[in-house]
Amino acid sequence: MNKHLLDSGKVLILLTLILALSIAGCNSGAKKDQAANSSEEEFVSTVDEDMQENFQTAKRIFYSLPSPIETAKILQNAGATYDEGLLNPLENNTGYITNLKMALNLGIYTTDLSYASLFDQTQVTLNYIEVAKNMADGLNILDAINETTIQRLEDNINNREIIIDIISETLLNSSSYLKERGLESTATIILVGGWVEGLYIATQLVEGESIKDNKIVERIVEQKLSVDFMITLLEEAKDDPDAQKILEDVKSLKSIFDKIEIKLGANTVVTDPETNVTTLKSSSSHNLTQKVFDELVVKVNELRTSYIS
Amino acid sequence: MMRKGILLLSFVALLVAVPTVANGQCKQFAKKTCKVGLNPYQHDGNYHAALLIQGEEAELYKTFYSETDYRIGVCGAPNLNEIEFKIIDSNGKVLYNNKYEDYEWKWDFRLESSQQLKIVVKVPVPEGQVEEPEEGCVAIMFGFKDD
Repeated sequence: MNKHLLDSGKVLILLTLILALSIAGCNSGAKKDQAANSSEEEFVSTVDEDMQENFQTAKRIFYSLPSPIETAKILQNAGATYDEGLLNPLENNTGYITNLKMALNLGIYTTDLSYASLFDQTQVTLNYIEVAKNMADGLNILDAINETTIQRLEDNINNREIIIDIISETLLNSSSYLKERGLESTATIILVGGWVEGLYIATQLVEGESIKDNKIVERIVEQKLSVDFMITLLEEAKDDPDAQKILEDVKSLKSIFDKIEIKLGANTVVTDPETNVTTLKSSSSHNLTQKVFDELVVKVNELRTSYIS
Repeated sequence: MMRKGILLLSFVALLVAVPTVANGQCKQFAKKTCKVGLNPYQHDGNYHAALLIQGEEAELYKTFYSETDYRIGVCGAPNLNEIEFKIIDSNGKVLYNNKYEDYEWKWDFRLESSQQLKIVVKVPVPEGQVEEPEEGCVAIMFGFKDD
């Protein structure tokens, strides 16, 4: 009896050991990458002294990039129309075999998916979630998009609110899965892919139109405000060659955005007492020229072509 | 002797595994508590959550775009009590401080001009606390309205 108990105890200890090592094993490679990258994607040990105010000492610093679904929403709010011809063709998905291509195109297909869903393109939405799943599976992002996700999407295909919720959930799952394993640079590359796709759709929608008083052009110009965040995040992944390649691409875009000056006036804070919604009232202006805009269109097209081919 | 070795190894392995489990719990907290609270705003899909200790603070930078209705949600695990956060523009102007709004966890806003904003989050140490500072998950989430 005692011997039996002793054996059971050993089995329990061994099981605990195996379980603990398995859990830790999922993270160990990530930790190594993290150390090699010298910091996490979003935890940068710098302090912005100018804006520090009363808060003290060492802070964790995060940068939030526009997500594919936010990018699509910004486009829609600016009056964009739907053009299926601008999406990355579904059949391209089988050609993406490297981690870099799969990460970029997970972002690209998720932006396409978001764009289609916001314009109530139900069949396209279903088709694009499938290819996004292929990319996530290829990157071993377990259960970011699974059969239950697809079934839930099919069951609610006419309910846009739920569809957007499903897409945001898949993004959150992918992002958290990668960040928990120290693969922040992959999470950043996915977002850069989605962002470039949004820029591509936006620039193609307005090509040939006047850049004056054009809301989509305004939103394109304002992407300048996110470029530095991307560069900061990619620069942190010094030992990730994929991130460094994408860093060069983003820098090439930055060199064009740097030709545009955006001036922002002071904010006045006005809160509606009934809705409790605050409006930040301010004016802004920029000096975009047709020449610079054309340069931007060419560069975005070039990058996007290289990402989807 | 061998049993002691196994026990020691198990203990070390558990110590290594604990942060991963804690991160997983942080994700679940972000999803189940903070994301749900964004409703009727749609979550943008981004994940920003970390384990913070009382007294610790974090900053998040993000570009917000005009013509979009946003909700910022800052949620802390129950053991951390109130979470303080403020929103600061690029000129250093404090646009919102939840300390003056009874530590409200969310802020709804829209902008006339797209701009970068900074969210400063602080986990205060309760007055008179003598015990070791608590550690817990803090999530920062963003939602937008889909009209």
